[in-house]
Amino acid sequence: MNPQAKETRVVIVGAGPAGVRAAQALVQAGLRPVVIDEGNAAGGQIYRQPPEARRRPARALYGFEWKKAQAVHQAWQALQGSVQAHTRTLAWNCYRGVLDLHHPEQGYGRQPYDRLILATGAMDRVIPLPGWDQAGVYTLGAAQISLKAQACLLGTRPVFLGTGPLLYLVAYQYAKAGARVAAVLDAAPRQAKLAALPDMAARPAMAAKGAYYLAWLAAHRVPVIHGARPLAIEDDGASKVVHWRDGGGARRATGGDVACLGYGLRAETQLADLAGCEFDYSPRERQWLVRRDAAGRTSRPEVYVAGDGAEPLGADAAELAGEAAARAVLQDIGVGGQQPRLDAIEAATARMRRFRRGLETAFAWPAELAAQCADDTLVCRCERVTAGEIRQAVREFGLRDVNQVKSWTRCGMGRCQSRVCGLAAAEVVAAAAGEPSTEGVGRLRAQPPVKPVPFDAEAWSRMAASNGEGAARQAGGTAGGEGR
Amino acid sequence: MTQADTMARAVADLAAGTAAGIAARASTRIAADVLVVGGGIVGSATAWALRRRGLSVVLVERGKAGMQASSVNFGGVRQQGRKLPELPVSRRARRIWSDLARVLGSDCEFAAIGHVRLARSEADLQALQAYRDQAAPYGLELDILDGPALRRRYPWLGRDLAGGSLCAEDGHANPRLVSPRFARAAAEAGARVIEGTAVERVERAGDGFLAHAGGAAIASRWLVNCAGAWSMAIARQFGETFPLGAIYPNMIVTEPLPAFMTCCLGLYGTGFYARQVGRGSVVIGGVRASGNDSLDSCRPNTAATLKEMSDALHFIPALAGANVIRSWTGIEGAFPDGMPVVGPSTRVPGLFHAFGFGGHGFQLGPGVGEAMAELIDRGETDTDISGLLPARFDAP
Amino acid sequence: MPKTLHRLPAALSPEVAVWIDGHPAPARAGDTVLTAVLEHRAALQRDELSARPRAGFCLMGACQDCWVRLHGVQRVRACSTLVAPGMRIDTSLAQGTPA
Repeated sequence: MNPQAKETRVVIVGAGPAGVRAAQALVQAGLRPVVIDEGNAAGGQIYRQPPEARRRPARALYGFEWKKAQAVHQAWQALQGSVQAHTRTLAWNCYRGVLDLHHPEQGYGRQPYDRLILATGAMDRVIPLPGWDQAGVYTLGAAQISLKAQACLLGTRPVFLGTGPLLYLVAYQYAKAGARVAAVLDAAPRQAKLAALPDMAARPAMAAKGAYYLAWLAAHRVPVIHGARPLAIEDDGASKVVHWRDGGGARRATGGDVACLGYGLRAETQLADLAGCEFDYSPRERQWLVRRDAAGRTSRPEVYVAGDGAEPLGADAAELAGEAAARAVLQDIGVGGQQPRLDAIEAATARMRRFRRGLETAFAWPAELAAQCADDTLVCRCERVTAGEIRQAVREFGLRDVNQVKSWTRCGMGRCQSRVCGLAAAEVVAAAAGEPSTEGVGRLRAQPPVKPVPFDAEAWSRMAASNGEGAARQAGGTAGGEGR
Repeated sequence: MTQADTMARAVADLAAGTAAGIAARASTRIAADVLVVGGGIVGSATAWALRRRGLSVVLVERGKAGMQASSVNFGGVRQQGRKLPELPVSRRARRIWSDLARVLGSDCEFAAIGHVRLARSEADLQALQAYRDQAAPYGLELDILDGPALRRRYPWLGRDLAGGSLCAEDGHANPRLVSPRFARAAAEAGARVIEGTAVERVERAGDGFLAHAGGAAIASRWLVNCAGAWSMAIARQFGETFPLGAIYPNMIVTEPLPAFMTCCLGLYGTGFYARQVGRGSVVIGGVRASGNDSLDSCRPNTAATLKEMSDALHFIPALAGANVIRSWTGIEGAFPDGMPVVGPSTRVPGLFHAFGFGGHGFQLGPGVGEAMAELIDRGETDTDISGLLPARFDAP
Repeated sequence: MPKTLHRLPAALSPEVAVWIDGHPAPARAGDTVLTAVLEHRAALQRDELSARPRAGFCLMGACQDCWVRLHGVQRVRACSTLVAPGMRIDTSLAQGTPA
């Protein structure tokens, strides 16, 4: 490697499967990347490691995927000493080659980069329904994290609702751990799963696992209902009651102690947005994803994306994508020999994408559940904005863009910066505006900080001191503006 | 990416053919007494006020009305602290603010809880006293509070203060609600409001003007240039130049907090201002963010955000431990002397300018609208705008 | 509203003494603040805009639904913060009226 290439400062945000494999590929090539992660340890969400005091055997934690999880953790361990790891560190902004960081004890910091790999993962995609903002309602991911990372069941009589492979996996894990799963309410109809079988055959092992979970749940008499459309979650003081409509249209109710919902995954893209990357609408995902090539290069020459934060394809694809992004970096800084592996990854990912298409057929995002939710349904939990208020903004003020709706109604302005409500809110706006898909109502723009950051009395003077004149110049002076 | 970027994109999207664009399709001819360019609070209030005087108005806005500086500003509804030449139109505006709920059909969270300009030193306090004396002839009543009085009245303020100047009539509102609602009020009063359409070209035509916007030809007797930071695009077409620049306020906002700020805050001297909205979030500004020369891109600035955090903790200790959850900025037209141009062009009869409010036009907007309408309707206005006239930038 | 969190018996770790709203509340090593609170309470805090009880939602630091106060001033996400001996957790986000 030429000396200039070796000096390239590569920063990776996210130490899940994608970030770890990216770091590994870079270290193998002789670089020393910086890796930033909010968590205590590597693994992301899917391979999340419990705190030391709660370690359990990998098989118990990760089920069928335990070998893969272990491999990712071991890869990370092997990298210590060869990477600059900043755990428990939030990257809250990205602008002109610098990440803004915050650490709970060390406070504010900055991380410049020459090349940036964003491996920021995904969270559950959710659809609001009346009662979803109560205590005791969680995402499917939350149910899994509590079990994996805390060895706790969120409830012993959970009702699982939504759609997607995670619905079945979590129900299986909870039932295996001793919960009395009240029901698995899958909004997707049975026919959709059958129709998806040809695409799912692209990954026979994955498909087989899914079939296994289904069979196991049936054998253990866990009620699984296909085509169940959730209506509301009621709390009668003693338990949660999920009201739903079955395939025949009849109203049914299932009682439990907690309700956990999820409808697939939603890519975490805020840093890519702040870094200036372009986005494209994905009709299949019904969300905006970072524009990228097969290796993860974005519209910004110095920014790369990998993993579920680029395209929710799951952990196996994420590992490959992380490696691909790293190899793209290497290729772009003049380190040859990357193409064979890049080609192989692209071929493997194509298979995974075909399987993913099957999943989307089997477990389609029920957009109409979001679009047609009752007026008094809370869409934005943080700012308490209802679907009715959103529809009124569209109707009365002709607002056609989700950013305008945000400005008017406050939907998406709260602490979570639209992570939870954004996709559903877009469905409500699109339906009210007569748009056939959410592509027509725009994309919510990220604003720094991507997560809440605390007031700090000293951060500015420390930054000014370390930058010399730079910081004060950068701040552009104080305003005449308001406070003369 | 900010609201400004969003709007630039929205303009492009909308120009591809929407209802607004369709209304102004090729070979549409529109005629009105007045063409107002720019649908921010100033343009919208002008259109509204003109309608109340019975003149016909077309308001053309290239994006969505009220979404630029009129939406991103701090939200202070403030008279005190303004340069004296702004006070007459500010006083006029204040009367309309009292009537806002009737004018706009909503109070838009306007609350006259008072505005305090903090003094960090005895010298600052004396300067505030001097301002109080200078402002009094304009009808502005200010109370000077010394340190102990300030602390008694506002116990949540930081300790290190020599006092403050309180304007009890001042307060705040939600700019994202007020500004678009003014455009709607104008439309409901009979103005023709065309959004998603830019004025590409405008020229004198006989005694009036002819403008081309989205394929429509708009003929008017008078033309009002309220295009904010982009006003030079109109002015230049008549050979007029102004030293208009752009500033980018760095705004930060906290999570909702229990109500404790019983007034809006400013600071004598350098920039710091803060207010707590009804839902509890505290909005803070004072330092500048960053923007580009083509007036289509701007970003909050980390150094500015951290400075504002530091200042905020100094003046509002109760913010310790709270979180900042969002920051934003926007593009605000500004002049070197810190005041807008409001008034007739010195070169082009029938052309009026009202722009360059430097981020503090929100409170003024309704007053400027009325004064402009009066000027156009009667040839003169009761409001003294002599210090704001475009003429002040004419070469001597 | 009853508590629903259930610890798997085989995975109990040593006890850690923490305080919740001024009361001693035994937690276990490796607990997040969220686990520690939901062991004893049905909710983490009340939403400031509606006063409705909240108990977290995503458990992965994304939804921002689980903010609590530590030691009186510092705010943390309960799902992302591990308990430490002597930690004082306050489930009211109110800063209190400054004197």
